[in-house]
Amino acid sequence: MIKVIFFAALREQLGCGGTEVSAKCASTVAEVKDALGKKDESWQNYLANNSLLCAVNHQMVQGDFSVKAGDEVAFFPPVTGG
Amino acid sequence: MNISNLTEISIQTEDFDHGFEVDLLEKNNVEDGAVVTFSGRVRNKNLGLKVKGLFLEHYPDMTEKLLADIIETAKQRWNIGRVKVIHRIGQLAIGEQIVFVGVTSKHRQDAFAANEFIMDFLKVKAPFWKKELTELGEIWLEAKASDKEKAQTWSK
Repeated sequence: MIKVIFFAALREQLGCGGTEVSAKCASTVAEVKDALGKKDESWQNYLANNSLLCAVNHQMVQGDFSVKAGDEVAFFPPVTGG
Repeated sequence: MNISNLTEISIQTEDFDHGFEVDLLEKNNVEDGAVVTFSGRVRNKNLGLKVKGLFLEHYPDMTEKLLADIIETAKQRWNIGRVKVIHRIGQLAIGEQIVFVGVTSKHRQDAFAANEFIMDFLKVKAPFWKKELTELGEIWLEAKASDKEKAQTWSK
């Protein structure tokens, strides 16, 4: 399985801090997003937001980045710390 | 802290003592003549709205790693000694401290520049998110283009 986690506004929009996606359903970050949209249709709009960022195993990546079982994929809005 | 180039990063819910942090940067550190600190606090107004407080969330593990990368880049670029970065998370009230960046160096220019560099990249890279509690309810802050532009000036 691929562990998926959400932060900040996205976490509140989805009403959930995280979930899992089967590695059989997704080989890239973009496919993880697609699989999440199929899991819950109400999530599609929120996940379609182009400003969302993604990290795999704590490294910032783009949508075509490859993922495998055991990876941690995080989706979140642009950061606002400091 | 006895080592001249020590780096410390702390993500914490509790407040910090600014004076104590400066003492740590200076203690047994006779090589560095300059100490530059920045601290950021919760303002009472933002975007025309009265702010009652802030909630700060972060991505554990990734935050520390990213801050360490930013500090490492600063150490390669400038001749600096000790670096301390503190960032608070959780519920914060108006006037409370949010962030501290302290940098020492032999002469002031390196510490000034490195401190600003660390803050600029913390703003645009470190996975923290602020939710403001305003007179109109809770609002997640949006990233500012001006912060991104400011960070980009370092690559010129």
